[in-house]
Amino acid sequence: MSDALPPFQRFLDGHRDIVWRFLLSTVGSAEAEDCFQETFMAALCAYPRLRADSNLRAWVLTIAHNKALDAHRGRARRALPMAEPAAVDTRAAAAPEDPRDETLWGAVGELPARQRSAVALRFLADLPHREIAAAIGCSEEAARRSLHEGLAKLRKVVPA
Amino acid sequence: MSDRTEIESGAVAEALRRACDPAGANGQTAGTRAAAAAAHRFAERAAAEGAAEVSYAPVDSPFGTLLAAATRRGLVRLAFPEESIDSVLDRLARRLSPRIVEAPAQLDPVRRELEDYFAGRRRSFEVPLDWSLIGPFGRRVLHATAEIPYGGVLSYAEVASEAGSPRGSRAAGNALGSNPIPIVIPCHRVLRTGGALGGYGGGLERKRWLLELEGARIG
Repeated sequence: MSDALPPFQRFLDGHRDIVWRFLLSTVGSAEAEDCFQETFMAALCAYPRLRADSNLRAWVLTIAHNKALDAHRGRARRALPMAEPAAVDTRAAAAPEDPRDETLWGAVGELPARQRSAVALRFLADLPHREIAAAIGCSEEAARRSLHEGLAKLRKVVPA
Repeated sequence: MSDRTEIESGAVAEALRRACDPAGANGQTAGTRAAAAAAHRFAERAAAEGAAEVSYAPVDSPFGTLLAAATRRGLVRLAFPEESIDSVLDRLARRLSPRIVEAPAQLDPVRRELEDYFAGRRRSFEVPLDWSLIGPFGRRVLHATAEIPYGGVLSYAEVASEAGSPRGSRAAGNALGSNPIPIVIPCHRVLRTGGALGGYGGGLERKRWLLELEGARIG
């Protein structure tokens, strides 16, 4: 039925991969599980209030982005007073098999949160700029810029 | 594509995609397996904590795979294999709540009781029932039906009379035909006056099978 929300399980089945990939790349595997659980729990609680024609993918990734930010803030609080939050190691996270990828993950982990989310949403979730903007709560132009700046930094560590 | 800047199509993009999913994009990668496992843990937890309002699971039976659904109050729906899972779930989402998850552990007691019943080891069901899909008249009819003991039968007219509508055997037949929890609410124990099988939502073959399992005397 187009005028009713799908059963939550169908929504979960349809979006679990994209949310998992997004979290793996933004918070790393050690925290991906917790963030995943929190993302879908928040989604489940709010679900009946959604309009049936909502963009469910952008909606759930917005929640995931916020949970990822919470995780970064939590890590920053737990870290030593002088430590840079951005220096948190996300390399262990994805356990890349290719050594070139390890450098890349390191660089992704060092991006500011918004750039990191923009990059993840674009490449891992394949979102268009408009949906990236909706997910991270900024204008489309700002999303485009974050993505561009993030990619420019990553290009330095990836041999062409 | 106008949406892609030049920088997006280079080695960085390639490397990002590969780094996220080392096994490649085709088939079941480690990433999709991990996501499926996380989703499964989520669904069971959401159901156990009561955040999900309806849980469902497949249940094996001699008729094939049934779909069982339960709310906090109890078993609310049992669907025969011919019914499409999607349409059963769509209707539950509209009538009860869209907060529906597949949570097999929640249906364990139902699964055990059905298994025992089909094996001839159980004569009555103890799992609580949720009657909320059943209207007021249907409730009276199905409450009367639920009182028919294992191995016993009543006629449509007798059930109608028990439900307080002595002349309503056709209406009683309709209520029985739309029983959302067949087998457990034993509408198969209602026959025509004289003992002919009458009708059954799951097909007459199954009605006969259930009555024979219970050793009922049928015409």
